Amino acid sequence: MSDSTPQSTRRLGRSGLSRAAETVVRTTIAVSGWTTILILAAIAVFLFMSGMRAMQEVGLWSMLTGDSWFPTSKNAQFGFLPSIAGSAWVTLVALLLCVPLGVASAVFISEFMGKRGKEIAKSIIEFMAAIPSVVLGLIGLAILAPWVRTTFGTDTGLTALAAGLMVGFMCLPTIISISEDAMHAVPNELRQGSAALGNTRWQTAYKVVVPAASSGIFAAVMLGLGRAIGETMVVLMLAGNAGIIPSHPFLSVRTLPGTIANELGEVVRGGLHYSSLFVMGLALFVTTFLINLAADMILERQRRRWRR
Amino acid sequence: MSGSARIRRARASEAMAKTVLGACAVISLGVALFFVGYIFFRGAGSISWEFLTEPPRKFMIEGGIYPVIIGTVYLTLGTALFALPIGVMSGIYLSEYAPRNAMTRTIRLAIANMAGVPSIVYGLFGVALFVGVFGWGRSIIAGAATLACLTLPVIITATEEALRQIPNDLRQASLALGATKLRTVARVVLPAATPGIVTGSILGLSRAAGETAPILFTAVAFFAPIATSPFSQTMALPYHLFIMATQATKQAPHVVWGTALVLVAGVSILNVFVAGWRSGQRRKMRW
Repeated sequence: MSDSTPQSTRRLGRSGLSRAAETVVRTTIAVSGWTTILILAAIAVFLFMSGMRAMQEVGLWSMLTGDSWFPTSKNAQFGFLPSIAGSAWVTLVALLLCVPLGVASAVFISEFMGKRGKEIAKSIIEFMAAIPSVVLGLIGLAILAPWVRTTFGTDTGLTALAAGLMVGFMCLPTIISISEDAMHAVPNELRQGSAALGNTRWQTAYKVVVPAASSGIFAAVMLGLGRAIGETMVVLMLAGNAGIIPSHPFLSVRTLPGTIANELGEVVRGGLHYSSLFVMGLALFVTTFLINLAADMILERQRRRWRR
Repeated sequence: MSGSARIRRARASEAMAKTVLGACAVISLGVALFFVGYIFFRGAGSISWEFLTEPPRKFMIEGGIYPVIIGTVYLTLGTALFALPIGVMSGIYLSEYAPRNAMTRTIRLAIANMAGVPSIVYGLFGVALFVGVFGWGRSIIAGAATLACLTLPVIITATEEALRQIPNDLRQASLALGATKLRTVARVVLPAATPGIVTGSILGLSRAAGETAPILFTAVAFFAPIATSPFSQTMALPYHLFIMATQATKQAPHVVWGTALVLVAGVSILNVFVAGWRSGQRRKMRW
């Protein structure tokens, strides 16, 4: 019986060519799966290599702790502290604005809005994230900077405050959408249980949902922080780029990304100044990398907790 | 008595919380809409057929921004050429092939992390690698490669998510008919997931089109003619806007706001188009 089946006359399996083609394609796919790791590693390597000269001649520690930045004067000084302090002020203002506003908005969208409203809110948030930062910088120049100057009587509107407020707005989509996701992931049984015990929606929100989603909300705040530190165009246009170490946010400040963007165009390729800007970039990269890594790990753990 | 007082208090705080939280949400979302409205209000007067189709004259303060628009189109197309093949394949790998192990988790962490790398850091990377080591100089191709790095995580995530929505029944049916895994992916899974991949990628690319910091030192010039090769420098909307708003010697507000409007309108149209198309597709295909 077995020798009379049609199989015996048919070619078994596929041709070698088709097998080879499949192997090639499958390998290509697997390799491209690794590109992201490759690119991240390449970023670190190239920033490090390009910053090598400055790190050898000036020293990493004296750059990170140096309090003056005069890269073009005869006795060139490459201290990052003015930029670090400026970034810190801008980030602080941004977080003070976007954390309360963002988390409150997320609670409202997640716990008080209907299905249709949620969809609309989400597409507005997606759209917010798509507004180019240079456009926000322009709006800041037109509205925010004059407002800061007249309201607080500063010499110029281009201050850490103006930049911080706009950067805070830029972080809103990140904070809102990720904390909303975190609250959305909280199982409905918990809400129903809370309602059955006689809690109102608000009581359910702050006694049950927010605590259950707290690690996700925390991660959202950290991702917002990472975004705030790294934002470039808004701080370049609004922070004023002054050279001093600022003691309050009503001053013009320089920031890490702003300094890089401001000066990289004018430096000699491979020179000490050029190299020191790469060290600054490396510092920025390492900081945001660690912040994002921590936030992503928190999110990953939370996802696994609710999946079960 | 005390019970009803507690209920009254709970109701009052409920109403209060709802008002405050609602106000926060309205402010957050309203500011975004206000900004866009403001751009339209300030920029609408500059938009004319001449503004969109003529090259600039008299040191940019007269004429149009045609080469600037074309420059951004070229940069964005270049970004798509780099990022789409790698991003889609990477998404396919993660959704269809990747084993569930620590290595895959590391790849996922890397993708999430890449999305948070500051744009100026990508700019530095592009200067060091594409402009320097590869010797591409300041050019469209160097700028596009830099923007592609930044867009990659968006495209990968969109692809993976779109593929995950395809029910396993489809895959199993195809495999049961004797198709190989690759054939199943190419002929069954990928076509079904195309709408999701396309919309996600367009969103990512529209964001790349608005980025300034990554192209600042890798691609753009204050003035450049329309590019004739991928190795020419180019003008681009975000950079033009930046330079005209902050560093131009002669102020030309109508050019600045007109450029801003063209940029925002381009991004908005893409976003609205994508949102509409996606909800249409979602209604059509229900698993």
